[in-house]
Amino acid sequence: MNNFSYLQTAQAKDATAAVTGTKGAAFIAGGTTLLDLMKLNVENHSQLVDINLVPFKGIEQTADGLRIGALERMSDVGEHPLVVQNYPAVSQSLLQAASPQLRNMASIGGNLLQRTRCGYFRDVAFPCNKRNPGSGCPAQDGENRNLAILGGSKACIATHPGDLSVALAALDAVLLLENAKGKQRRVPLVDFHVVPGTTPQRETVLEPGELIVSVTIPAAAHARKSMYLKVRDRASYAFALASAAVGLDVQGGQIRSARVALGGVGTKPWRSVAAEKILTGAPATEATFRAAAAAAVRDAQPREQNRFKVELAQNTLVRALLELSAA
Amino acid sequence: MENEPAFFETSPTPGVVGQPLNRVDGRDKVMGKAKYSAEYPLPGLVYGVLKTSDIAKGRIQSIDTSLALKEPGVVQILTHLNLPKLAKTPNDPEGKKAIGAPMGFLPMTSDVIHYAGQPVALIVADTFERATQAAALVRVSYAAEAPIAAYTDKRAELFNPEKIQDGKADGYTRRGDARAALASAPIKMTAVYTHAINHHNPMEPGSTTAIWEAPDRVTVYESTQGVTRTQKSLSAYLGLPQDQVRVITKFLGGGFGCKGSCWPHTVLTVQAAKAVGRPVKLVLSRKQQFTSMGHREDQTQTLTLGASKEGKLLALIHEKTSTTSPWDNYAEANSKIINLLYDCPTFESHYQLGRANVMTSTFTRAPGEAPGSFAIECSMDDLAYQLGIDPLEIRLRNYAEKDPSTGQPWSSKSLRQCYARGAELFGWSKRNPKAGATRNGRLLVGYGMATASYPVHNSQGTARVRLYADGHAVVQAGATDLGTGTYTVMTQVAADSLGLAPDKIRFELGDTKLPTAPNSGGSVAAGTVSSSVYMAAQDVWERLTKMAIKDPKSPLFQAKAEDVAVEKGRLQLKKNASKGEDFMALMKRAGLDDVEGTGQGKYGAGYETGRPSNPAGPQNNTESEAKHSMHSFGAHFCEVQVDPDLGTVRVTRWVSVHGAGRILNAKTARSQIIGGSIFGIGAALMEATARDPHYARYTNADLGDYHIPVNADIPDMTVEFIDEHDPYINAMGVKGIGEISMVGVSAAVANAVFHATGKRVRDLPITPDKILGTKAV
Ligand SMILES: Cc1cc2nc3c(=O)[nH]c(=O)nc-3n(C[C@H](O)[C@H](O)[C@H](O)COP(=O)(O)OP(=O)(O)OC[C@H]3O[C@@H](n4cnc5c(N)ncnc54)[C@H](O)[C@@H]3O)c2cc1C
Ligand code: SF4
Repeated sequence: MNNFSYLQTAQAKDATAAVTGTKGAAFIAGGTTLLDLMKLNVENHSQLVDINLVPFKGIEQTADGLRIGALERMSDVGEHPLVVQNYPAVSQSLLQAASPQLRNMASIGGNLLQRTRCGYFRDVAFPCNKRNPGSGCPAQDGENRNLAILGGSKACIATHPGDLSVALAALDAVLLLENAKGKQRRVPLVDFHVVPGTTPQRETVLEPGELIVSVTIPAAAHARKSMYLKVRDRASYAFALASAAVGLDVQGGQIRSARVALGGVGTKPWRSVAAEKILTGAPATEATFRAAAAAAVRDAQPREQNRFKVELAQNTLVRALLELSAA
Repeated sequence: MENEPAFFETSPTPGVVGQPLNRVDGRDKVMGKAKYSAEYPLPGLVYGVLKTSDIAKGRIQSIDTSLALKEPGVVQILTHLNLPKLAKTPNDPEGKKAIGAPMGFLPMTSDVIHYAGQPVALIVADTFERATQAAALVRVSYAAEAPIAAYTDKRAELFNPEKIQDGKADGYTRRGDARAALASAPIKMTAVYTHAINHHNPMEPGSTTAIWEAPDRVTVYESTQGVTRTQKSLSAYLGLPQDQVRVITKFLGGGFGCKGSCWPHTVLTVQAAKAVGRPVKLVLSRKQQFTSMGHREDQTQTLTLGASKEGKLLALIHEKTSTTSPWDNYAEANSKIINLLYDCPTFESHYQLGRANVMTSTFTRAPGEAPGSFAIECSMDDLAYQLGIDPLEIRLRNYAEKDPSTGQPWSSKSLRQCYARGAELFGWSKRNPKAGATRNGRLLVGYGMATASYPVHNSQGTARVRLYADGHAVVQAGATDLGTGTYTVMTQVAADSLGLAPDKIRFELGDTKLPTAPNSGGSVAAGTVSSSVYMAAQDVWERLTKMAIKDPKSPLFQAKAEDVAVEKGRLQLKKNASKGEDFMALMKRAGLDDVEGTGQGKYGAGYETGRPSNPAGPQNNTESEAKHSMHSFGAHFCEVQVDPDLGTVRVTRWVSVHGAGRILNAKTARSQIIGGSIFGIGAALMEATARDPHYARYTNADLGDYHIPVNADIPDMTVEFIDEHDPYINAMGVKGIGEISMVGVSAAVANAVFHATGKRVRDLPITPDKILGTKAV
């Protein structure tokens, strides 16, 4: 890891100013993504600005829904009674992620900005368009078992690895961002991450020096009745091969509203409006769920090793919907 | 037997051997006081960090160290251009043999790159962090060529080696006429099995701390399974007499075979210490661990069997193709277990290798036996289903009453009891014979079983006992405790051999200054070292008996030595126990503070024949001269629950029963079996290192992406041992248990998956993608 200077501040404006004004500067929260990538020399920052004392805290009910400070820890949010009761998919996505040690360190804001586990990206000896634009993408015809079937491009098929972001995408979460000028803006989570296209190095709409302040998740029947199902290579402590965050409001066997997002299969948290369209107004039956799942992966472009994800993603989604509607 | 009295007879009173004694080093370990090889804060210590190759094939054009040298704290940067010269290298066959090197190539001796991750420079700095950053700043420019990543590459030249596994096993074996037997067999089956690359991944990575005590004398704190083997290797590398090289390993955080040899990073660190004139410590990063100490090779096995309609085996033909390095003909000898597990009149095996740009693979826990048992034990399962015979019954029908590969009788074999007890504990009789017919809600439930077997390898070693007149003893052998309990079990053996309580014994190991013990590999440590300790204790008693019968003041004065027995530290007449005395009284009278004895323990064929074991390995003359074939046997029973839609397989119940001779400590032995079974479940369900087909470089070389089982993957495990007395293997009747625990495990899991789903997965690991599309048959 390169040498860097370190600054800690409790003021958001000092933090944003420090990062905006300095080339190679970065915020550090839990450090579980940042330091990992710095040790691998995938990221080299000359200055780290520690934001852990910035008061982006709190988990509270507001008029717009549940507001979660960006510096809350994954474990605290995952176990919070309001989250467990009103947003079970969010709680489950957090508690099925990483390990207890990591969850105790890692922040909500940092979680949304974690980077792909693509093995080529994480090893600087390989070419990789995301890490080194224009160098190529060996994953296209290489080890792509874990990579994305949705949202990829010729330049990059890296999976967005997070779990929380999938639940947040499904449940219409909105991020509050703040820049060095103190200007705040709201960005729906589904618009926060971007597909790689020809610029895989750009993963979100976050501007340099801009901070994530908080996340707000609107209250809704389909949020209260929601779940997160994660399929992985081992029972715990692994990234998703496929996951589904679903929310349903079913009355008298008819689906009044539905929310669907897939994880582990997309280059970003994969909200499927197409699946939701099929579900909404339809009977809550396996046939409906199957049709919705087929719609969710209609645009899939699998590669040699990740073809199974087309089936797995559908089965995961169907299973989640079945379990949720039976609950 | 004449040369070593049988332990069973000489210690009729039950002692602590076999008892579930807590680890004697447990407290130190949990208190952080147990020092591992990278934890010696030597004065003046500096840190070494390897810079490894980005490419897998080609040449180094230039190395620019100017930027790195400007990094504060950097002491020196070694490359192939300035590495101090070695007396020998493994780059030629003679050197390789003298060194006992696991690989016929030493990096940093030329500009040639043969594999990705090959060391190209060693940076020494005053802190680990500075050395690491300087390594990143070393600029190496390469003339890269297209590498070959595996035997599966169309460009890989395939060949049939005469010998495999470093010359220790034959590339071709034939017993009877398997082809003819197959041609006339009523039942014929052929199946192809593949095994992913597996890495040992001990918790403690490879590490070396080297300090030159004098220009011609070096001490090395090394993370190794064998201090003496490392000492010999280094003495050959350095051209120093063996006694000028001291190797110390007091604690080891796992090895599993990868620490069984002296790998390049060790000698490079020793040379770095020489170059900078200060002690140097080097610890491999986890990523480097994947390209520094070998691995289990990627391989395909084709197993053809011929059988009668009653399920009796008539022919077995085994072919294996695997990847090896540019220089060595290494392959695990999978066929050995296939040749002896069942009574089959004919057998044939072939090995085929493909050279690729990878380092040489090496023994990995149960080398050969683990993947070999996967093939034979799945095929036996197939045969059972095809003929409608219970999988356990088909194995009993083919039970080998003697070793089919040699015709020798077994020294002991309790496999029948293992099957019966395992089946009972597991509830095998409740199994629905039909595959895909047992459900638990959406989940498919399957039962599978498999046989385990592992040889008692030929080995020998020495131990020293120093018994003090105050009733304490120090017992020493240059053995290694891999973390599995050697300290503890040897304390127990010494306690019983000396008639002392375990807390009166201090057992010391892990230092070449101590009497020579074998490598802790091939499951020989417990058997060899326990015999040595026992023999050393006998030596002490012999000396004291001689003293007593010459001492007019002793009640045993003028007794015959052969009439004297020792019982709990008391020397007494065999026929009249009241006549005798305590060893302390005898020694005090003689004015002796202590008595020292040494003993040589033999293990396996060497014990039976009385001949020294041949360091060339298990297949040597001594072994063929032995009257008995010596093996442990066991059986695993496994329940899985498979989610056919999500592809997940969970092991939900596990029973292992082994017959492995005398069990020295019920607790550590159980832990060994549990650990080995979990290792096997890892190989069965998730462990796989991915090597990019174009770059011949690993893409998941970390523990986040190379999956080993976590607690949630493993159910409560039931482990039992069959009481087994084997008088032919060593004075203690001990067989090793380090490796048998994992043999057959992947087959038991795969067989359970088949029973659950009706789908036979022959491609390890059995990850969700291989299960998908499974509909119950
Ligand atoms: C072995 C391992 C396994 C894992 N498994 C999983 C898993 O199964 N599922 C899962 O979802 N995740 C998993 N993770 C990822 C983990 O959840 C993230 O590393 C963690 O959430 C990141 O949070 P952090 O606070 O540590 O971020 P940091 O490492 O501190 O920061 C990450 C990035 O976000 C930026 N940043 C942080 N906070 C803010 C903010 N408020 N505003 C703007 N920028 C900010 C930093 O500058 C940096 O670029 C795993 C990680 C590891 C190492
Ligand atoms: S998939 Fe994306 S991250 Fe992976 S190698 Fe290609 S460009 Fe890099």
